[in-house]
Amino acid sequence: MTDPKDCQPIITVRGLRNAFGEQVIHDDLDLNVCRGEILGVVGGSGTGKSVLLRSIIGLQTPEAGEIEVFGENMIGRDEGEAKNIRRRWGILFQNGALFSTLTVAENVEVPIREYFPFIKPPLLDEIASYKIAMALLPADAGPKYPAELSGGMVKRAGIARALALDPELLFLDEPTSGLDPIAAAGFDDLIRSLQKRLGLTVFLITHDLDTLHSICDRVAVLADKKVIGIGTIPELLALDHPWIQEYFNGPRGRAAADSYEEGAQA
Amino acid sequence: MAEGTEQETDHRQGSVYRVAGALTITRAATTQREIDSLPDPLTIDLSEIERMDTVGAWLVYRTVRDRGAEVIGASRDEVSLLKQVGEFDKPTRVVPDEPHNFMAVLRELGEWVSEAGTTLVGLLGFFGATLIGFANIIRRPKRFRVNAVVQRFDVVGVRALGIIGLMSFLIGIVIAQQGAVQLAQFGAEVYTINLIGRITIRELGVLMTAIMVAGRSGSAFAAQIGTMKITEEIDAMRTIGVSPIEALVIPRMMAAVLMMPLLAFWAMLTALLGGGIFVWLDLQIPPLTYIQRLQEVTPITDLWIALIKAPVFGFIIALSGCFQGMLVQGNSEEVGSRTTTAVVQSIFLVIVLDAIFAVFFSSIGWV
Repeated sequence: MTDPKDCQPIITVRGLRNAFGEQVIHDDLDLNVCRGEILGVVGGSGTGKSVLLRSIIGLQTPEAGEIEVFGENMIGRDEGEAKNIRRRWGILFQNGALFSTLTVAENVEVPIREYFPFIKPPLLDEIASYKIAMALLPADAGPKYPAELSGGMVKRAGIARALALDPELLFLDEPTSGLDPIAAAGFDDLIRSLQKRLGLTVFLITHDLDTLHSICDRVAVLADKKVIGIGTIPELLALDHPWIQEYFNGPRGRAAADSYEEGAQA
Repeated sequence: MAEGTEQETDHRQGSVYRVAGALTITRAATTQREIDSLPDPLTIDLSEIERMDTVGAWLVYRTVRDRGAEVIGASRDEVSLLKQVGEFDKPTRVVPDEPHNFMAVLRELGEWVSEAGTTLVGLLGFFGATLIGFANIIRRPKRFRVNAVVQRFDVVGVRALGIIGLMSFLIGIVIAQQGAVQLAQFGAEVYTINLIGRITIRELGVLMTAIMVAGRSGSAFAAQIGTMKITEEIDAMRTIGVSPIEALVIPRMMAAVLMMPLLAFWAMLTALLGGGIFVWLDLQIPPLTYIQRLQEVTPITDLWIALIKAPVFGFIIALSGCFQGMLVQGNSEEVGSRTTTAVVQSIFLVIVLDAIFAVFFSSIGWV
């Protein structure tokens, strides 16, 4: 399956190989993420979705392969150079990964303080407030500590922190897991609107079929240590792979597709 | 335009602020300073701008909001970004309010007192729960977890032998050396042996062991149980019908109570060894004389005192460690603070009890 014709790759992964001891996670994995798209990454448990994410953002050094982000090679880079690239992306970890000793607003300020120490309060606090409002958190969430927040608010605060530096690229690791369906739908809307508004490219790991149908431009399927298919959901269904068929045509997959189609007609 | 290489040419004509290139977070602080230095009425000209991010938009927006500046030359994208920024102008505080006044101090003091009271009551309640747990196990010995207890023996006792032995050995040398220096002023170096024998056996052996066990095992108890609270393991245990007191607290308590006297005895031996080596090398008192003299000057009651105190200290350490662990709730930061509290609390209680024991044993004639 090929990428769309007008694709400007923002992430390029070539021949990636990851292994933990004897256990091979990825072998000769290729993937392109195009500028401005929302790419959903799906796969069964243990197919290495999170490992792929960690390899791309440099938390895991692969055994072999090439990874380019913004056209720059990411492997074996020194810290100083890597920092300039890290400034251009934002990451929402699965459990939010908010710093527990800081308030939500302080969490949002951390990346700004780190990269732009010349920005001082009150401007700094105003930027933090703005990002918090943009993540659709209530204004009284700013001075709260992460332990005082609900699961959905933790994710929104994580998004606010990920957006602190106006990234071009946003990595989301299961953003809707652990949220109730209403909150999950709200979160999907938030991601969609932020992506449109800020022109983001989003790399989204998810298990949520509703998310895949409603906001993803393309979906990449991880199985057999590779990306076995990438494209829109109808394109994927045209591939005759048993896992893909079961995933999208299973009872849950059908229900999500039906509700999406109904929504589209209405 | 590539990131970080924008060429800025600012033309300041009276109160027109014209930005060329990028208006982004990279030069937000400078931009703000430049805008602040311009007099009202201000016009911001965005016609030569190539890139504007949300922070840049925010800078323009707040100038419009606060100073009534006029924006000209904005493209459609920039206008919509400015509008969006305005929609999210909902100021929030960064840190919670902290009133600094007399009432706040009073309130804090009151909270502290009531918390100390609650902790004390809680500790007593936990003590009671532990006793009930013991009673249950005695009634139904099958529920006694032999493996868990043996494993705790290993962790609390056997693995502590090295560090406690080394520490006590060095303390024996220090006591002997300091004692010898002071007693030499009276020509009474031979009394160094009295000093070593009585102080290590009666007091220091068991006290130093207790402090080491509190730091080593008491803290581990609090951290282990605290982490289990956070990961909901304790809740899972309860719902399955396993009593956390029986499964977690009693094995640790038994290990601490039974291992403390043994470790204290071991500490005494190594301290006597250290002191003995010092007096042999420095004061030329041969080992045989040293042992003989120790027997003459150290009453056997000193050993009984130490061996009575040791299990009590062990009990206090395990009680406080497990209790603080059980109190953990919320986040991982609390595991750390509860662990610290457990160590401080147990060492404090050990020393208080030691003082009470000292008065008690003296008054019953064990001097």
